[in-house]
Amino acid sequence: MKSEQKENPGASAKAVAPKEKPGWADVPIGAVVLEAGCGVEYETGEWRSERPVVNTDKCINCLFCWVFCPDGAVIVENEKFKAIDYYHCKGCGICSNECPAKVITMVEETKFQEANGEASAAVQGNGNIKAKTGGKGE
Amino acid sequence: MGKLIAATGNQAVAQAMRQIDPHVVAAYPITPQTDVVEEFASFVSDGLVSTEFVPVESEHSAMSTVIGSSAAGVRAMTATSSQGLALMWEMLYIAAGLRLPIVMAVANRALSAPLNIHGDQSDSMGARDSGWIQLYCKNQQEAYDTLIQAIRIAEHKDVRLPVMVCYDGFIVSHSLSGVTLLDDDKVKAFVGKHVPLYPLLDSKNPVSYGGLVLFDFYFEFRRQMVDGMARAPRVIDEVAMEFAEISGRHYGRYEKYKIDDAEIGVVVLGSAASTSEVVVDELRAKGIKAGVMRLKSLRPFPREELAKELGHLKALAVLDRADSPGALGGPVGLEVRSAFFESEKRPKLINGIYGLGGRDTTPEHIASVFYSLQKIAEGGKVEEPLFYLGLRGGKDDGRQSEAAIAQARAAGQRA
Repeated sequence: MKSEQKENPGASAKAVAPKEKPGWADVPIGAVVLEAGCGVEYETGEWRSERPVVNTDKCINCLFCWVFCPDGAVIVENEKFKAIDYYHCKGCGICSNECPAKVITMVEETKFQEANGEASAAVQGNGNIKAKTGGKGE
Repeated sequence: MGKLIAATGNQAVAQAMRQIDPHVVAAYPITPQTDVVEEFASFVSDGLVSTEFVPVESEHSAMSTVIGSSAAGVRAMTATSSQGLALMWEMLYIAAGLRLPIVMAVANRALSAPLNIHGDQSDSMGARDSGWIQLYCKNQQEAYDTLIQAIRIAEHKDVRLPVMVCYDGFIVSHSLSGVTLLDDDKVKAFVGKHVPLYPLLDSKNPVSYGGLVLFDFYFEFRRQMVDGMARAPRVIDEVAMEFAEISGRHYGRYEKYKIDDAEIGVVVLGSAASTSEVVVDELRAKGIKAGVMRLKSLRPFPREELAKELGHLKALAVLDRADSPGALGGPVGLEVRSAFFESEKRPKLINGIYGLGGRDTTPEHIASVFYSLQKIAEGGKVEEPLFYLGLRGGKDDGRQSEAAIAQARAAGQRA
């Protein structure tokens, strides 16, 4: 039967570092997240199957993409579009759909993987890529 | 010490809630729990409690509200029955998974269809895997006493699990009985100040509840919840001892009635235990060594204790006030049977389903079970491991019961 009884796991539980996966007795009680704002550490960019690629030459800086992005993955600087945060962008394509200037193209991730993380020639013709995958916050 | 009043089970429970004075109560009325909420609402309007009372639009919302309140860092309670408990379903698992010490009174009632408002234990039996501690009470006094103890059990740092305090609909919830209330200040001192763990409203130490946890961590959290359940027996026993000191009333996780030297016995939950005890007294007067094991704590289930306490019996009947269609028997029958699997000494076992939808279970019914047990104990075979007690017209089960009742009468076990 369930006879293992370690010290009270909840009381001593500390925040879990992302890469050391603790055993059941050492996880925080009730799956409570004990750190604020730690969602930023979660690389939701891994989920992406299509990547928004922005042709900044033709971008009119209306910032509709920034307004509509459900993940806050559009980086704006000085009231102008700067880049997509590919660490968090899930590739939903809403920005591309909403862009009135039609300068955001959704490109299959496999095309980037084939080119070892660099934009392939075909993609470069579509727009200039400023951020790489895996770069935290750009 | 205390005050003796005439109270229904629901009134007794409402009195306990008044004395506990939780920060939040959110509830929706449903027969046979209704007057818990009605009575408590009158305490709120009369200013007898400081509780924030939330009259929600459904039981799903009731459980959601107490979950939110408990996570926010306060003591939160509710009460329900039957369809109401069913509607709470997804939230039950959330309350337990988040390790929130919510206490809920459940006036047990049958589940629809067909629609029925009377007492059986199908509602809470279905919730037995939700991670809630489940304590079944046999009468009004015990419902009152257990609700007060449940606060301490749920909030204990080694447990941190929600607790259901179950009592039979109508038989206990609506019938009047003498109930001795503790003084208000004694209850207040016994339950103590609520000490929250990781309260959401602590803005200096912000935390998140209810995050997405996938295959890399979910398993560990569920296992840790089971550990809370594994620690519960000791806490339940300690709290019971402490409660006995202030009240003079003690309840174990299971209660034995003349079972230690018995040859035949029944395992039963709730109010039918009282009926069984009356029958045992009559049988004992005739020299028949019968006994009762009343199971109070279904979760956590006292597996080792039951196997030890009942191993010496020649024949045992487990009586279930709920069925598990297509299974080997009722939920308690299945579990008691499993408890004996590793024991060398174990009785022959039969499992009876009784009292569904509030069907009256009389001393004659219980006597008929003991009569069957006697035959088995005398070397008879277990012909029907599963039977329905007091059922009409069944080709096998019903006839067995009716015949057994007739035989019991003929044998003069009950004049």
